[in-house]
Amino acid sequence: MTTVFISADMASVALGADALADAFARAGCTVVRTGSRGLFAIEPLVEVQEGEARIGYGRVGPDDVAAILSGDHPRRLGPVDALPFFARQQRFTFARCGINDPLDMAAYAASGGWRGLEAARAMAPQAVVDAVKASGLRGRGGAGFPTGIKWQTVLDARPAEKFVVCNADEGDSGTFADRMLMEGDPYCLIEGMAIAAHAVGAGHGYVYIRSEYPFAIRAMQGAIERSASLLAPFTLEVRVGAGAYVCGEETALLDSIEGKRGQVRAKPPLPAIEGLFGQPTVINNVLSLAAVPFILSEGAEAYAAVGLGRSRGTMPVQLAGNIRNGGLFEIGFGISLGELVETVGGGTASGRPVRAVQVGGPLGAYIPPSMFDLPFDYESFAAAGALIGHAGITVFDDTVDMAQMARFAMEFCAVESCGKCTPCRIGSTRGVETIDRIIAGGRGGDRVEALPQMRNAKARQKIVEQEIALLRDLCDTMKYGSLCALGGFTPYPVLSALDHFPEDFGAPAMPAAAE
Amino acid sequence: MTMERREPVEAVVARLLAAQGERRGALLPLLHDLQEELGFVGEETVAAVAHAMNLSRAEVHGVVSFYHDFRKAPAGRHVVKYCRAESCRSRGGVAIETALADRLRVAMGETRADGQVTLEPVYCLGLCAIGPNALVDGAPVARIDGAAAIERIAATVAA
Ligand SMILES: Cc1cc2nc3c(=O)[nH]c(=O)nc-3n(C[C@H](O)[C@H](O)[C@H](O)COP(=O)(O)O)c2cc1C
Ligand code: SF4
Ligand code: FES
Repeated sequence: MTTVFISADMASVALGADALADAFARAGCTVVRTGSRGLFAIEPLVEVQEGEARIGYGRVGPDDVAAILSGDHPRRLGPVDALPFFARQQRFTFARCGINDPLDMAAYAASGGWRGLEAARAMAPQAVVDAVKASGLRGRGGAGFPTGIKWQTVLDARPAEKFVVCNADEGDSGTFADRMLMEGDPYCLIEGMAIAAHAVGAGHGYVYIRSEYPFAIRAMQGAIERSASLLAPFTLEVRVGAGAYVCGEETALLDSIEGKRGQVRAKPPLPAIEGLFGQPTVINNVLSLAAVPFILSEGAEAYAAVGLGRSRGTMPVQLAGNIRNGGLFEIGFGISLGELVETVGGGTASGRPVRAVQVGGPLGAYIPPSMFDLPFDYESFAAAGALIGHAGITVFDDTVDMAQMARFAMEFCAVESCGKCTPCRIGSTRGVETIDRIIAGGRGGDRVEALPQMRNAKARQKIVEQEIALLRDLCDTMKYGSLCALGGFTPYPVLSALDHFPEDFGAPAMPAAAE
Repeated sequence: MTMERREPVEAVVARLLAAQGERRGALLPLLHDLQEELGFVGEETVAAVAHAMNLSRAEVHGVVSFYHDFRKAPAGRHVVKYCRAESCRSRGGVAIETALADRLRVAMGETRADGQVTLEPVYCLGLCAIGPNALVDGAPVARIDGAAAIERIAATVAA
């Protein structure tokens, strides 16, 4: 009997993978549902087992089944790992994603699973923390804080009930790596959390998943149930968010688990000292925790051997938006942004020129192609006034209106503000209004302004300039007067749009910004 | 809709709260369960939860109103959650949103007068390379790139 592999990832299902799987089952095949390999341009994808090899057929549907099984379908891709998109990757964290049935415990163990946890449990907690420090792993949730140092603080905290919390709120547009990992290799995250628990002395852990991810919620619940006996005495539980972006901020997330409004707490105290229910708490992003099994099983040196400068190891980069080869591309830090967008990503899906990319989600800067030689690492991006955040890259072609994108950044901040600080809560709404006036002015003023009675109205050019100055002022206030990065970083997309694409705001194009 | 005599809200709350067992921070999971069972979290439910958990109504109301997921009133028979975030915008999402709202004859954020469909915004579904995307009655739908895709959604919610 022929065995075929078809992803049950939410993205694959959105593209029709379920109907494809049904059709193969009706044709008498054994269908193994996997996670996604991570290249959505070739999905729905089926891989047919031929001896040792898995031969892929891309962008196929139920009507293609007969031709695929006869072996001469025109969209035969050959072995999927050999495709250039995959051959170039360094899959440390996503090694198993797209290959196994995500809930198959035996398959996980057979492909190197639990080796990191075994190694960790044979070590003293301090030695585990030291290994994570030596790996150079930095938090993948955005801030890039060294994970080992965070764990050290929790290990050193007063003896108490301690917690490990996984931040799986992944609210940034352009990111889906957390989702893919939870759906495609949930035991890897569980193993990372169990290692963290051993390292800091925690007895219970939470995975806080946004409600927009029903597939990931199901996969994690199933995997936690099946692996419970291996984890004991450590216990794990899934908590589901309720549609608030700000709950991705770590202290808001902790309040949300406690059953409160997800409002940001002032720091200090750090969650590592006084976190969940007031207890010392490790809180890490999915990708930070899922990197740990590799570090423990292959060694910190193996992880640290790739990367650039102080950004060690790999980053699961997410190529999103208007891009031809959208998907997940895990690679060592240091590859240039342009290579990711143009070479790996293949440029835009629309075939038009790239005009801008936004890196790091809704709080990340817009970057023009003139800056594409930027190496992908924390420091280089920070120096360029940008951030890599959760490593989502959203590509826009030349039809984008950057003033509209700046407006959306403010609008999003207004919708999602937790309401604690005025610059964020009120400033964002004023920001939308200001940008609206800029856009109106840039269009040549409204009809009322053109009336003869309005002869005393100020000249339009002046108005736009004044409004832009007001917008910059407002951004300054938000930057320095906000408690967390929602209010504090919204100025990044706004000001980068304004600085790099002034012509979209009706301001004169700056020669430096034009490529 | 015909209403059979349903279990009083207080009894539903008591039952679902008991199911939470010893769980700490049970309020959010409880509210999810209540919305799942009752379709929305209204005033009556807020009062019952406050009473059962020994909280003030204001506290419970504060939590319910903070989170976008909880509805104050029942949704339509079908719910379309359409993604408005950046990656979907980069693929023409704004124009598609207008066309979808026109075709479904309901404004974003509203329930159609006949109760057939609710159109709600969502900010990213994690399907950002294949947008514009939506969840239609919980099922993910991708590559909503034109009239044909919109017609398929319209057909689903017409049923
Ligand atoms: C508004 C806001 C939203 C955030 N959303 C997320 C998120 O969805 N996932 C995440 O891991 N971190 C998010 N963060 C960062 C977290 O506060 C925190 O830095 C992170 O969970 C720490 O884990 P790490 O060290 O492993 O990165 C967000 C921060 C802010 C200010
Ligand atoms: S900046 Fe905005 S989201 Fe962050 S704490 Fe202040 S009000 Fe809340
Ligand atoms: S931006 Fe629409 S799914 Fe992510």
